[in-house]
Amino acid sequence: MDYSVLRVIKEALNNHKGWGPAWRTPTPKPHYDIVIVGGGGHGLATAFYLASRYGMRNIAVLEKGWLGGGNVGRNTTIVRSNYMLPGNEPFYELSMKLWEGLEHELNYNAMVSQRGVLNLCHSDAQRDAFRKRGNAMLLQGADAELLDTEGVRKLYPYLNFEDARFPILGGLLQRRGGTVRHDAVAWGYARAADQLGVDIIQNCEVLGFRIEHGQVSGLETSRGFIGANKVGTAVAGSSGRLLSKAGIRLPIESHVLQAFVSEGLKPVIPGVITFGAGHFYLSQSDKGGLVFGGDIDGYNTYAQRGNMPVVEDVCEGAMGLMPMLGRARMLRSWGGIMDMSMDGSPFIDRTNIKGLFFNGGWCYGGFKATPASGLCFAHLLATDTSHEVATQMRLDRFARGAMIDEKGQGAQPNLH
Amino acid sequence: MLINHPLLGPRDAQEFVYKGDASLLQRPDPMAEDALEKFTDYAYLRDNPAGEHRELWYHEQGDRSWLVVTRNTLTHEILDVQLASEVAR
Repeated sequence: MDYSVLRVIKEALNNHKGWGPAWRTPTPKPHYDIVIVGGGGHGLATAFYLASRYGMRNIAVLEKGWLGGGNVGRNTTIVRSNYMLPGNEPFYELSMKLWEGLEHELNYNAMVSQRGVLNLCHSDAQRDAFRKRGNAMLLQGADAELLDTEGVRKLYPYLNFEDARFPILGGLLQRRGGTVRHDAVAWGYARAADQLGVDIIQNCEVLGFRIEHGQVSGLETSRGFIGANKVGTAVAGSSGRLLSKAGIRLPIESHVLQAFVSEGLKPVIPGVITFGAGHFYLSQSDKGGLVFGGDIDGYNTYAQRGNMPVVEDVCEGAMGLMPMLGRARMLRSWGGIMDMSMDGSPFIDRTNIKGLFFNGGWCYGGFKATPASGLCFAHLLATDTSHEVATQMRLDRFARGAMIDEKGQGAQPNLH
Repeated sequence: MLINHPLLGPRDAQEFVYKGDASLLQRPDPMAEDALEKFTDYAYLRDNPAGEHRELWYHEQGDRSWLVVTRNTLTHEILDVQLASEVAR
């Protein structure tokens, strides 16, 4: 069933009785060609692109809980492609282009809003680094604009420009960046994949892998054994926990990232702003709440909640950047578990077990990557070769000394 | 989180820097045949368990001691704290 204006009018006259569920609730078949573990944004996108672009049909997505209940519903909804390194930027720019066409491709309103992402700089060195990053973005076909103080002032006159320690000297603006309604991304991909025959099986937890002679043959699940020629895992946050069932150790630690939303306010912040001196970023949702976040808590955890020191740190960042925020009240805070990789960059790769493929290590950048991650993982699952923009996202890059370390921090996850 | 320091008593976790899995105390033998492979695993691969986790916390804003803290990663409950110097002995 296509969604359209005509359809809305028709349903309005029919008391909205004809919409029906957006996807089926199938019982699992005994065997699939490809099983995706994880019904979050990345898993659903993978299934959708496998069906729509690679012509695969016999696919299932297994989800432990319900669709949209994991990190795809817990992030701060920001999309951008302002990366620098050749192993990253083409990938994120592909993702940005896919976001731009997403709603037509899925026939679903994901509220893609290219309202601009502005990274502020507070020192000459930081401005130089932003100029370099902006140039790297332009070379890869993304858009980037370096603003001076006056340029920033025109967009956001209420920022704390004259701070003695961290004056705002300018910013790197990506106008094509912005926000996307995160739940709608999960629902849109799920509905579109379901229409192409993908079985989406919720409340189905993977308990173990059946591996024979180094080849995966299926999954033990809470709903019985499900056979598969190929298995792709897209469970970022729980990658360590899941892959340990296959005896695989990963270059990943699981950390918690907190996010916050204020009470609803009148429109005040048109785009996305990031503070360059602390770690703080902010946007305003269409409902009016300010959505913001900061650093990870910095220790291994699988609990989807963080501790007070980070709450305090984020609020200090908010007050340092935009003192007027002190008048707003924080409404809610929550946490999501991140796969923090050793160099801050993700993996889309095969494993040493035949037929078992891995997608994870997204750190706190997974949401913006959703479409490209799905497409590249689908490419890998369908063709057994890496997509051209994901050739460096390999698990063995540490052994080869080929890290993708955007910030040059070294092998410690809580520094990224 | 409060970490019950063996010498100083309960201290706010904010005074500490988290330094990862306590198995990092056991360095591989640099003279072994497979030292390169072992050190690659040592530096980059982690067990990352859900549940009890032995981990290093460095008391940077305190007495600069290294602690081995046993903590449940599902609940944040701290089960045991020892000085790393005593664990490594």
